[in-house]
Amino acid sequence: MLEAILLTVVTAATPLLLAAIGELVVEKSGVLNLGVEGMMVMGAVAGFAVTITTGSPFLGVLGGAVAGVLVSLIFAFVTLTLVANQVASGLALTLFGLGLSGLIGESFVGQPGIKLQSLYIPGLTDLPFVGKLLFGQDILVYLSFASVFGVSWFLNRTRGGLILRAVGDNHASAHALGYPVIGVRYLAVMFGGAMAGLGGAYMSVAYTPLWVENMTAGRGWIALALVVFASWLPWRAVFGAYLFGTVTVLQFHAQALGIGFPSQFLSMLPYLATIVVLVAISGNRRATLFNTPASLGKPFVPDR
Amino acid sequence: MSEVTGDSTGEMLRRVGGDTPLLEVRHVVKRFGRFAANDDVSLKVMPGEIHALLGENGAGKSTLVKIIYGSLQPTAGDILWKGEPVTIASPAEARALGIGMVFQHFSLFEAMTVIENIALALPEGRVTRQLADTISRVSESYGLSLDPDAHIADLSVGERQRVEIVRCLLQNPELIIMDEPTSVLTPQEADQLFVTLRRLAAEGCAILYISHRLEEVRALCHHATIMRRAKVVAETDPATETVGTLAQLMVGNEITRVTREKGKLGPEAILIKGLTLPSQEAFGVSLQDINLSVRAGEIVAIAGIAGNGQKELFGALSGEERPERADMVIFAGEAAGRMRINERRLLGAAFVPEERLGHGAVPGLRLTENVVLTRHGTGEGIARRGFTRFGRAGRIVEKVVSLFDVRKGVVDPEARSLSGGNLQKFVVGREVQRTPKILIIAQPTWGVDAGAAAVIRQSLIDLSRQGAAILIISQDLDEIFEIADRIAVISRGQLSAAEDADTLTPEKVGLLMAGGAEKHGVAAA
Repeated sequence: MLEAILLTVVTAATPLLLAAIGELVVEKSGVLNLGVEGMMVMGAVAGFAVTITTGSPFLGVLGGAVAGVLVSLIFAFVTLTLVANQVASGLALTLFGLGLSGLIGESFVGQPGIKLQSLYIPGLTDLPFVGKLLFGQDILVYLSFASVFGVSWFLNRTRGGLILRAVGDNHASAHALGYPVIGVRYLAVMFGGAMAGLGGAYMSVAYTPLWVENMTAGRGWIALALVVFASWLPWRAVFGAYLFGTVTVLQFHAQALGIGFPSQFLSMLPYLATIVVLVAISGNRRATLFNTPASLGKPFVPDR
Repeated sequence: MSEVTGDSTGEMLRRVGGDTPLLEVRHVVKRFGRFAANDDVSLKVMPGEIHALLGENGAGKSTLVKIIYGSLQPTAGDILWKGEPVTIASPAEARALGIGMVFQHFSLFEAMTVIENIALALPEGRVTRQLADTISRVSESYGLSLDPDAHIADLSVGERQRVEIVRCLLQNPELIIMDEPTSVLTPQEADQLFVTLRRLAAEGCAILYISHRLEEVRALCHHATIMRRAKVVAETDPATETVGTLAQLMVGNEITRVTREKGKLGPEAILIKGLTLPSQEAFGVSLQDINLSVRAGEIVAIAGIAGNGQKELFGALSGEERPERADMVIFAGEAAGRMRINERRLLGAAFVPEERLGHGAVPGLRLTENVVLTRHGTGEGIARRGFTRFGRAGRIVEKVVSLFDVRKGVVDPEARSLSGGNLQKFVVGREVQRTPKILIIAQPTWGVDAGAAAVIRQSLIDLSRQGAAILIISQDLDEIFEIADRIAVISRGQLSAAEDADTLTPEKVGLLMAGGAEKHGVAAA
């Protein structure tokens, strides 16, 4: 029983973690992309479509990432090149993604998909209890953890990460030092798009291999909240994603067990937790200052 | 120094000298649309020379410097580096040539550490122990001690400037551009900086030094190029000039010297008694038991380094923050501590905050609308029964514009379209024209050119001689000694007793300004 619950927690947490890590990098570069939900749902429909067209879930996952990047490029062009308002553009991106994915996915509704294979290592995967949990997941689960390591290492240990954080902290200074603020932000937004696309593809290729309109069901918003919850630290995002994943799973189990606890209350927990964290971190100005990208959401127009 | 990048090219390049100018700018023109910010500007900087670039705000100094540093491209003209024509397409290319820059408004990343900030400015710079050691060594050797792991947000303004300078030095520069480096420093910190600059120059590094402070240009610089209205109007050896002649070259006509006679003192108009105000912010300063009185007809100045409680004190006086007890602030005999800003205005008080764009004036509103904002409830009939009479506000704008020589393009422009100096004249003029009995003014001439500063300072003196009590909060010691009758110093939220300006010296005020925080630096100087 516990093993089964833990396994479902992993599947519930993985899309959140993927999308949140992507958005974390975007926000660290100083861009607020509220279109995560739209990019995820596009990733989901593209992932499903590519999978059943080619018969390969791997290509499907790849297709989801590509779709996420393409949609994020619209956002990047509008907000970075044309310097439109990031909040409005992000919201528009979400609505656009939801609509377009519905249109594209119309003919796929009800079709059976192909599930992404899980890893099987003889011996290890057969271990009792931990075997399936640690050695029997699909590739995206491992990728989500690899991305946490990778992003953490990139942000704190590499020159590229240093530049990205500098751009997010003070874009005017970064520009004065000669760094390509817009270019760095384009790359960050594209990375965010790819990760959100992967998160979406996970939903339609690994979690439940089928396409339903609006199937991400607000996970993009939770991912956004997670970034703040994690106060822009990758490791805390893991904690947050698994916490919120657990809450999601508990909802189902609570219902199944007939516990008279309103499921709506559990659904709102992630947002409530985010508000609590926001209040808590804004009380600590020092921590806020050091972790929050100071130019988050501010438009950048270079000197002529 | 040469060990920094691991090769010795920097060392070799530094040996170039002789008669070839290190940097030569020839007939540079820079246009923004139809407006020429630089019009046929030429300049030569020799190796090891401290070269002053002087000019009023808007004379084109910043544009020229940005062209030299690669942030802007000239419309026409040539730049020669060691006699060779070069195109400097970006700041990175400028740094690769050996041109470094210390910015006026620091280009530091607040949330990052000293070492991260420095690594960002070095080609391929990484955060390593080796870099930390280099930073410590270089900063020690120039008397600019720094902790590589400190966060910028925790550093004082003087320390931040050290970070900028050390960052610049690690790039093995042969030319360092410094944009108004002393505008944020105490006199002691400035002296320390001059020691460093002279040593750099002696080692062969040229310095292009932009400043408004003519006295320090005379003391420090070997050569001066003076710009006015986008053109070079003079070149001179500043040591042979007086402050007056230099100012005249900058402004074009003799600036009206501020004249000051002792006024007749009236009753106490501003009385601050035991003002205590705990800080509302984590990084703010709490005011502790502040006592001060200003009599009618008198100008009292509060000196101090930024961030020592000036903002909080201004807020408590203007009513943006209200202290616990009403009698902590007394205006014209009335306990005003708990009053709102407009109630205070009705007692005859007027307020000019430090930040002119955003605090003193709303950038997107027209001048008439900005007049309404501070004078709607002062009994002048600008607002009546909830309606605004823009005609009256317009007439006030006209008066302020003619009295203070505010230059604007259209009849009633948006506040943001005015240049800094003109907007400051407007913001000060708007309050002074009301002839208030009490004026509280913060940084009256910050970032304003010499001509506008003289107009503003004279207007303050005239107002006080008409019987107003004026309290000035300023960081500019020259200004304070020019116009104040008495001077007090604020340090860490505490105010020293106000003393007669004639009995004080800038050095003594500087020591008080430094307080306990920078004792260490003072001792080193």
